[in-house]
Amino acid sequence: MAIATRPARPGERPQALPRHHAWGAIGKFVRTKPLGAAGAAIIVLMALTAVCADLIAPYDVYEINQQLQFTPPSLAHWLGTDEFGRDVLTRIIYGARIALFIGLVSSFLGATGGAVIGVFSAYLGGKTDLWIQRLMDILLAFPLLVLALAIVTVLGRSIPNLIVAIAIPVIPRTARIVRSSALSAKENVYVEAARAVGSSHLRVMWCHIVPNIMAPFLIILTAQLGSAILTEAALSFLGLGTAEPTPSWGLMLSGGAPMYAEKAPWLAIFPGLAISLAVFGFNLFGDSLRDALDPKLRHRT
Amino acid sequence: MWQYIVKRLLLMLPTLIGAALVVFLLMHVVPGDIALLIIGGDQGGDINPQELVKLRAQLGLNQPLYVQFFSWLWGVAHLNFGTSLWTGTSVMNEIMIRLPLSLEVAIAATVVSTLIAIPLGTIAAIRQDTWVDYVVRVVSIGGLAIPSFWAGILIILFLVIYFDWAPPLEFVSLFRHPWENLAQLIWPILSVGYRYAAVTTRMTRSTVLEVMREDYVRTAWAKGLRERAVVVKHALKNAILPVITIIGTEFAFLIGGLVVTETVFTLNGIGRFMVDAIAHRDIPVVQTLVLLIACVFVVVNLMVDLLYAWLDPRISYR
Repeated sequence: MAIATRPARPGERPQALPRHHAWGAIGKFVRTKPLGAAGAAIIVLMALTAVCADLIAPYDVYEINQQLQFTPPSLAHWLGTDEFGRDVLTRIIYGARIALFIGLVSSFLGATGGAVIGVFSAYLGGKTDLWIQRLMDILLAFPLLVLALAIVTVLGRSIPNLIVAIAIPVIPRTARIVRSSALSAKENVYVEAARAVGSSHLRVMWCHIVPNIMAPFLIILTAQLGSAILTEAALSFLGLGTAEPTPSWGLMLSGGAPMYAEKAPWLAIFPGLAISLAVFGFNLFGDSLRDALDPKLRHRT
Repeated sequence: MWQYIVKRLLLMLPTLIGAALVVFLLMHVVPGDIALLIIGGDQGGDINPQELVKLRAQLGLNQPLYVQFFSWLWGVAHLNFGTSLWTGTSVMNEIMIRLPLSLEVAIAATVVSTLIAIPLGTIAAIRQDTWVDYVVRVVSIGGLAIPSFWAGILIILFLVIYFDWAPPLEFVSLFRHPWENLAQLIWPILSVGYRYAAVTTRMTRSTVLEVMREDYVRTAWAKGLRERAVVVKHALKNAILPVITIIGTEFAFLIGGLVVTETVFTLNGIGRFMVDAIAHRDIPVVQTLVLLIACVFVVVNLMVDLLYAWLDPRISYR
């Protein structure tokens, strides 16, 4: 995709050096939103770790070596080894893959599903809207984790099912917020005008309503990313998410870790640290994004 | 106002029944049922088909789905929530064993989190973009980022190493042994309270930030009021409404949503009960728990709305 160029506004210098412009924008973001920039840095670091896991991991993820059981952190094993003698650092590095993959896919699915339902519900209105909203109310009555747990129990334990289980509770939460934005977008004169010139309902929704809900959609998407990673960790911790020997951070904390915590505290500390850092990064970034995109908060004195 | 309350409660009935129906259908989609689990155990050993048919008939699982659902609903209308298919005891008894603990943790954690959150959030907002704000924001975003089970594991690790702590074998009642009860529950309460304080702090900060730009706050400043009066009497009073909503929602979720904390601290609460019941396909228990959680949700929402009217005289109910 080519970089979109926009015509220079009066009084603005033409963008002769788009590269400089991009660096300037990043510099401005770092200066005005230091916390957001810190979050972005954590996310980039995590993404790089996930992509380059094969290159940077010092050991094999699945290699079991009983002789190395419970080696404390040392130069050879920076974060120690677990009850099977597997290198904890290696497993945390590969865990970034699992966490990012499940987090991204499930929050994208959930937020998109919710946005579609929200837009349709607001646009169609009337009885349809009422019924959809009641259904969303029913889904909202379940605590997020309990709903995800129930779905995973029903569907069975596998990564695709886990993604569905994490995505479904996101749907009603997104649908609600998107619906209220879509309701106000629907009142715009250009929506009526588009209908008057004969645009189809689908076209009106896609061209005139959807652009109006992009800001709340992006805000929810980033906010949900952190929570999706947490839910994955919690489900795996409870033994209903990923299964051994998948290197999932939540799974690393379940079973062995609390049992051997006294003897091998590194097993209980480092995977949790990885989860917290990842979610922390997404939340910091999401917060700054909200500040930047939410018009209510934009013009701060 | 009473009319309003009754109307709201009646309007919620369809949602409650709907929630129970969704769960009921969901549980019937699950491959395998409780009869299989009882006879075969968790491993699914040798199963005698005749025995299975007999047990299913005994548990009422051979009846058509709508009969099963409506007979349960009919019982609920008479405040009879049925018996657990797994233990054979009344669902109500099973719940009453666990509810006090869950309620206590939920209430205490809500109180702790509110006491921390409202002052912190307000200070962060009125000192926006100073180091105070940054510290509060980092600590509260951190609270959201730390998984509650990890916080629990770390707390237990700390207690075991320094205090020779052992998980309590039995839960003592708050009213019989208040001191011992507190000692048992203080850690789960704090670990949950911190997390929810983070949510409330963020909400308080953003609503106070919004309100501080309102005209009436500027007027209050212009009148020469002290900062304390401006913030507490003018800003906070107006900013508090959305904060109350979020505290209410959190509380409702705390009743059934503490699965992970209860697992880590080996507490016998509603959340764990729910997960076990789901795993055992114990349909009457699951349905009743869903109904209970949804009821708490509805009642708390109603209370929040009534509180709104009390705090803000501009809001009235018809």
